[in-house]
Amino acid sequence: MKLIIDTYIKAPVEAATLAVFRILFGLMMLFSIIRFWSYGWIDKFYLQPKFFFSYFGFEWVKPVGELTYLIFVICAISAILVVLGYRYKLAIIVFFLSFTYIELMDKSTYLNHYYFISLLSFLMIFLPANAYYSLDAYNNPKRAFQYIPAWTINSIKLLLGIVYFYAGLAKLNSDWLLKAMPLKIWLPSKFDTPLIGSFLGEEWVHYAFSWSGALFDLCIPFLLFNKKTRTFAFVMVVIFHVLTRVLFPIGVFPFVMIISALIFFNANVHLKIIGFFSNFFKINLNSFNTGKVFKQIPTFKTKIKYGVLALFFCLQLLLPFRYLLYPGELFWTEEGYRFSWRVMLMEKSGYAQFKIVNGDTGRWFYVNNSDFLTPIQEKQMAFQPDFILEYAHFLKNHFEKDGHKNVQVFVDCQVSLNGRLSTTYIDPTIDLGKQRESFLHKNWIIPFKDEIKGI
Amino acid sequence: MNRIIGFFLVLTLVWACSSDSGSDDTVIVDPVDKVSFERSTMLINWADNIIIPSYEAFSTDLDLLIDSFDTFKEDSNEDNLIKFRSSWMNAYISWQRVAMFEIGPAETVGFQLNMNIYPTNTDNIDGFITTGTYDLSLSSNRSSKGFPALDYLLNGLGEDDASILAFYSAGDKDALFMYTEDVLLDMKSLTDTVLSDWTEGYRDTFVANDGASSTASVDRMVNDYIFYYEKYLRAGKMGIPLGVFSGAPLPENVEAYYKGTISADLFLEGLNAVQDFFNGKHFNSETEGESLASYLDALNTVKDGEDLSALINAQFNTARDLIQDLSSFREEIENNNTPTAMFLAYDEVQKAVPMLKVDMVSAMSISIDFVDADGD
Repeated sequence: MKLIIDTYIKAPVEAATLAVFRILFGLMMLFSIIRFWSYGWIDKFYLQPKFFFSYFGFEWVKPVGELTYLIFVICAISAILVVLGYRYKLAIIVFFLSFTYIELMDKSTYLNHYYFISLLSFLMIFLPANAYYSLDAYNNPKRAFQYIPAWTINSIKLLLGIVYFYAGLAKLNSDWLLKAMPLKIWLPSKFDTPLIGSFLGEEWVHYAFSWSGALFDLCIPFLLFNKKTRTFAFVMVVIFHVLTRVLFPIGVFPFVMIISALIFFNANVHLKIIGFFSNFFKINLNSFNTGKVFKQIPTFKTKIKYGVLALFFCLQLLLPFRYLLYPGELFWTEEGYRFSWRVMLMEKSGYAQFKIVNGDTGRWFYVNNSDFLTPIQEKQMAFQPDFILEYAHFLKNHFEKDGHKNVQVFVDCQVSLNGRLSTTYIDPTIDLGKQRESFLHKNWIIPFKDEIKGI
Repeated sequence: MNRIIGFFLVLTLVWACSSDSGSDDTVIVDPVDKVSFERSTMLINWADNIIIPSYEAFSTDLDLLIDSFDTFKEDSNEDNLIKFRSSWMNAYISWQRVAMFEIGPAETVGFQLNMNIYPTNTDNIDGFITTGTYDLSLSSNRSSKGFPALDYLLNGLGEDDASILAFYSAGDKDALFMYTEDVLLDMKSLTDTVLSDWTEGYRDTFVANDGASSTASVDRMVNDYIFYYEKYLRAGKMGIPLGVFSGAPLPENVEAYYKGTISADLFLEGLNAVQDFFNGKHFNSETEGESLASYLDALNTVKDGEDLSALINAQFNTARDLIQDLSSFREEIENNNTPTAMFLAYDEVQKAVPMLKVDMVSAMSISIDFVDADGD
């Protein structure tokens, strides 16, 4: 035990590893923000919609009109400062806050990779990523260190390992392994992919992709961690993520994961990368190679810090299992689905038609969803109960403001999951206006008619 | 090591950047456990056997409509009015076969919105005829032209043919003829543009764009097709006049309101067109080619799920049966305190929406819009 602590937590390692990670992470984030902006998505997702879906408890986080652009500017500037390692602590805190704020503005755009970036930037607040090869270290030699404790790097490895391993666990279910769903639906539609397109309609390919995908996710953290298998593992990481990038619209996530996986290599690789940067920008490394070791004096403050980190990782390990507290099929109810590395697991879509009823007279009419929601919001809303409830409340308020009295809201919602024929999703006799949002089970979801076995 | 990493980073970029282009034409025939369906064959069937022939037939019927107008203009008697009206009904029926193709040239000119916005704005039309100054190309005048305006001019000016004819014989009849002619010429010029764009270029673009993305022809066509079914056929022709979105019936929002008796026929022709397109049935023929139905069947050879194409066809048929038993929509709405039979028919029309929008779109993995996703 002591050996483990000495090797993986206390042992001094080259700070170059963390410096390279900081620089590449910052660059990826900057690229990601510019990409998001250039597609016009800020306007499309955060300015055009009339209504935004909030996370429970974060209803106060909303886009702020034109100023929303400013949040993205702040986020981009903080990413640049992270790259440079200038006032790093402040920069990474601002990055974490602005990025997370953006993600909380509308849950229709929820992506696991955005959540991953929020977590990673939170973790990086506690890491001395500016100890080496940063403006902070350059400006203040007292703060410059060539060696840092191993835990600072291993914590990032652990977070990455959790992401992969839990994504693998989530695939251990009968739909994925025994029916090759949803890949059986998705792959044939990618027939126009260069080189491999003509094979994607074949059933054995669907099974091969499903099984190897699950195996990859479960094994890759260990293969990356083990020195002997590391190079092979990294090649697999690149192939896997390039494939997912080619086949699915998952944006910059594959690149973020490939770049992140570099952290598993030993310091020689990172020193070479830094050497390459230094040659290119004519940076003198001498001022950074101080031979100093970063040591934290165990003050009350650092103890709190370690406590926070321990709690953070416990939460990461437990949160994906919170679904066990809910009855019913997870993929169907989605209670405990998010924030659990369940990536590319379901082909689910729905159709929801809301009926506004005057509780006194019984007069009714249907809602035209496109009056209030963008196509993407409507798509997301139609198969997720928390979206449906929030939208129902919005409709009740809206029509009561319009002068309608005693408004009741009912929904006819049909949902299809992994190729099963669509069935009724929400009890059509329930007045959603009277239901409250909470972390408790929503008993107005019609139970799943089929069974999906597994984790 | 560095070289390996560098090599893969370059490879990554190359592959990533090339992901949106290129296609593969090779087919390996294996009927048992492989989805072998060529989207391009379906696109060719759509373009050559359905879309372009439908436009051509519509264009011909529009020419006949203009001919009968010219005859009526030369000799404004009751007989010629009746002929003019019947050509109008023919062309209106024929329009139902092309209304759903709001893609490419039709989308560019806003064909649907320029040809068939109802209820028509009779105050505007009366004003235009009186003043003689109007610009039909303005988007604000879309509700003063097209088939609904002709409906008013042919059926709505008076109670019976004699009183309508009186308008076309009065001292200021020239202005009325002028306006009617301008409406017809506007429709003609839009139709010519759409048809010639299809035959001279767009057909090839449409067929060549045979990939799978939110901008590929199949994905866009499916989106437009479902949009037409949901917004124009279901809501426009039935739901809105029935009052399902407003709480109270709006009979004046019925298609061909002034004619009054043909709204159900127009709907049925629209429904037939939708179903024939679904089944890839060639225009004016019993032959069927590659279609959404055969695509679903092909996908099902691997998926082994419910026979979705049969379920969708059955739903279309159920809806048609109920609507065939109805009187015209205007009569149903105006003569019944609660138009129960029409509500029941509407429900059956409605039931096809989730089948198309959820089950079919999901089975085909059609994307609604370009956005990052990680498969929720």
